[in-house]
Amino acid sequence: MADNNTQEHTAGYGLYIMVWFGLIGLTLITASVAGINLGSITLVVALMIAATKALLVGNYFMHLKFESRVFKIFISVCIVTFLIMLILTFSDLSFR
Amino acid sequence: MPNGTIAVHPQELDFYHEKGKHSGILSWLLTTDHKRIGLMYLFGMMIFFFTAVTLGVLMRLEMLSSENTIMQPQTYNSIFTLHGVIMIFLFIIPGIPAVFGNFFMPIQIGAKDVAFPRLNLLSWYLYISGGLFAIISLFTFGGAADTGWTFYVPYSIRSSANVSMTVFAAFVLGFSSILTGLNFITTIHRMRAPGMTWFRMPLFVWGLYATAWIQLLATPVIGITLVLIIVERAFGVGIFDPALGGDPLLYQHLFWIYSHPAVYIMILPAFGVVSEIIPTFARKDIFGYRQIALSSLAIALIGYLVWGHHMFSSGISNTSRIVFSLLTFLVAIPTGVKVFNWVASLYKGSIVFDVPLYFVMAFMFIFSIGGLTGLVQGALPTDIHLTDTYFIVGHFHYVMFGGMGTIFFASLHYWFPKMFGKMYNKRVAYIACTLFIIGFNIMYFTMFILGYEGMPRRYYHYLPQYHTLHVIVTIGSWIMVSGIIIMFANLYRGLRYGEKAEQNPWGGTTLEWKVPSPPPVENFDETPLVVAGPYVHDRENYIMHPGKELH
Amino acid sequence: MNENLEAVAEQAPPAEHIHRDDIGSKMGMWLFLLTEVLLFGGLFLMYAGYRFLYPDDFKAAALELNTMVGTINTFILLTSSLSIAMSIVALRREQKKLCIYLLVFTLLCGLIFLINKYYEWGTKIEHGIYPKGPAMEDLANGQVVYFGLYYVMTGLHALHVIAGMTFIIFVLVFIVRNKVTSTNYMKLENSGLYWHLVDIIWIFLYPLFYLIH
Repeated sequence: MADNNTQEHTAGYGLYIMVWFGLIGLTLITASVAGINLGSITLVVALMIAATKALLVGNYFMHLKFESRVFKIFISVCIVTFLIMLILTFSDLSFR
Repeated sequence: MPNGTIAVHPQELDFYHEKGKHSGILSWLLTTDHKRIGLMYLFGMMIFFFTAVTLGVLMRLEMLSSENTIMQPQTYNSIFTLHGVIMIFLFIIPGIPAVFGNFFMPIQIGAKDVAFPRLNLLSWYLYISGGLFAIISLFTFGGAADTGWTFYVPYSIRSSANVSMTVFAAFVLGFSSILTGLNFITTIHRMRAPGMTWFRMPLFVWGLYATAWIQLLATPVIGITLVLIIVERAFGVGIFDPALGGDPLLYQHLFWIYSHPAVYIMILPAFGVVSEIIPTFARKDIFGYRQIALSSLAIALIGYLVWGHHMFSSGISNTSRIVFSLLTFLVAIPTGVKVFNWVASLYKGSIVFDVPLYFVMAFMFIFSIGGLTGLVQGALPTDIHLTDTYFIVGHFHYVMFGGMGTIFFASLHYWFPKMFGKMYNKRVAYIACTLFIIGFNIMYFTMFILGYEGMPRRYYHYLPQYHTLHVIVTIGSWIMVSGIIIMFANLYRGLRYGEKAEQNPWGGTTLEWKVPSPPPVENFDETPLVVAGPYVHDRENYIMHPGKELH
Repeated sequence: MNENLEAVAEQAPPAEHIHRDDIGSKMGMWLFLLTEVLLFGGLFLMYAGYRFLYPDDFKAAALELNTMVGTINTFILLTSSLSIAMSIVALRREQKKLCIYLLVFTLLCGLIFLINKYYEWGTKIEHGIYPKGPAMEDLANGQVVYFGLYYVMTGLHALHVIAGMTFIIFVLVFIVRNKVTSTNYMKLENSGLYWHLVDIIWIFLYPLFYLIH
């Protein structure tokens, strides 16, 4: 079964440049927000912004949004595994 | 052709004799044929396995008396460390996937090879290099690591033994495991023959698939942890060293985050083989195919949730101890599903009793004991008394050696005729297996008693009250090892002088039994067409020459 | 009889029958990326644990880092991700020269990133802030751990930047030699995927080390 063609959706230069603007913008936001003391949610906000940037890179630059479902399942399994490791380790650390 | 046998081209060569690009030893060392790579793994593995068996025999000789018997305490520490490192990273973890997975998985899914044949060869070279590093570390300045195979900090950072080299060996072996997992996942997703839906794959393939995911996701965590030990020893960075602010428990978390799922890497392929052998000898379809397939995935998933049960007495929080204990009990459920389904598969079958089934029966008995003692350890109150005693040593030998090891032997005896085109002496095989079972149980069951009575593990001296039990264990080891030696001598004899084997001596129904013994280089003349599940006995499940038969 | 066998073997069709599976190739690269995620994941786990245990020490130690350099490096990597993504579009549209320029630009970005890193580390080492260095004795435990993690994580990341650049150089050579083309560009895509991962790892490293205020 010669299945050589990769993506049906051909992204153009324009889409990538818009994503890039989004990434730069988010970086500027996260850098300026860092100075503001939001207490314990500072970290959460910074990580949310980082996660959004990662999603932009993953979905558009890495084409994940347009790939078949298998790839999305793979990356989800990976992230869930990492989160499990984090959460269970903290079940020890936070209750010592 | 009816019932799926093929008319073999009389001049078709098997993969040993077909001329490739290279000849002689290079036809092996530069091969990309998954069958040759599987056999090369077997060759290397036997050398490492028997090295580690020898180390084990030496350990038991030392433990015959409480004082210095044949070696110094420092040597004993290095020997049990290396025994663990070699057995775990060079035999139990890679064993079934690297040898039998490589040889048979592509054939079982109707493919010519794996997705990345050259990567497969690289995996083998990494395996051999890792093994060499481990053995060489024994002879380097400082000797092999004396920390136990768990390399706990802070001792692994402080020890003057050559910890870095032993740890580096494990790192290289981890890489080999990751690449094999990657290869297998891609192969199973992309290269199944037409008609082979996910739920028509043999259960061995399901076992390998679940295993590959653990290999892929868990191994990098120990990879980085081992690298950090080397970095810590070399540069004094301060991330594990408590004197500089590090937390030894974080090390233990990272170590067991891999090493617990690792035990499922060890056992899931073995479970897969059991699911192959039982329908073949019961002459009946497997009971609950879908449940067995999904239980492999469930075990892989739940396996990630339980690692803390190795740390119950290390100082982790009470909350996490309760959480991990509860989760540990959960993993018994999908395993139970498998055992019940296997028994149900035998029920009302037309059972043919032969050597591979004998090994599987031994496995059922031995693994049940191992699994049940795991529950004893998973319960917090009992574990506090049993942890770091011989009880644990007995438990993991029952499940790892008695579980995976017995099925590794079973796989050898099941697939031997297909791999080598010869048959071994069955009577001697029965005797060898019986000796092995008797010796195994004398040796390791006694360890449960030793541990229950308080004998700590990894100890070189012991109190006089344990002496008799230690002697019994050592005698058990001699019986067991003689069984293993006879087993391999018999197989070797079969290889050299055995009778020519038929294409399908056991009456198996999966694709490897529909190709010649041994198979040709590309496995199939034509890609087969799959029309039914893998274990149907009463009708055709594969069309071997769809081009000829359908047109 | 033996000669017949040999003759047949020589006439048999070649063992390598050319069948490219681009999706399989991409799947292999994605699976490899997942292992890299978990490799760094172990380090992020340690960071999380230690930051939880030493929150004030981490804040104090982070003052030593230059936020401007970190932010500039972030911009550099993000832009290099853009250029490599665009290089694939260029190749598919048969704009080979543009593709090559974009890849060279990507490599330049990587190089500047590494040069910045070199100066960053250099300044710290001059101040005695390195494993077993003179300044470390005065620091609290949590600060020692912070810098330990800093060197290990940014060091491992830099190694991956070098690996990514090596991959891109190979692909560049293949493109020049027309081995990677508008219809056979999986190697370029895979090198892009690897590079984007290197970028994503930095996207998380940046706030965790440079933006703790």
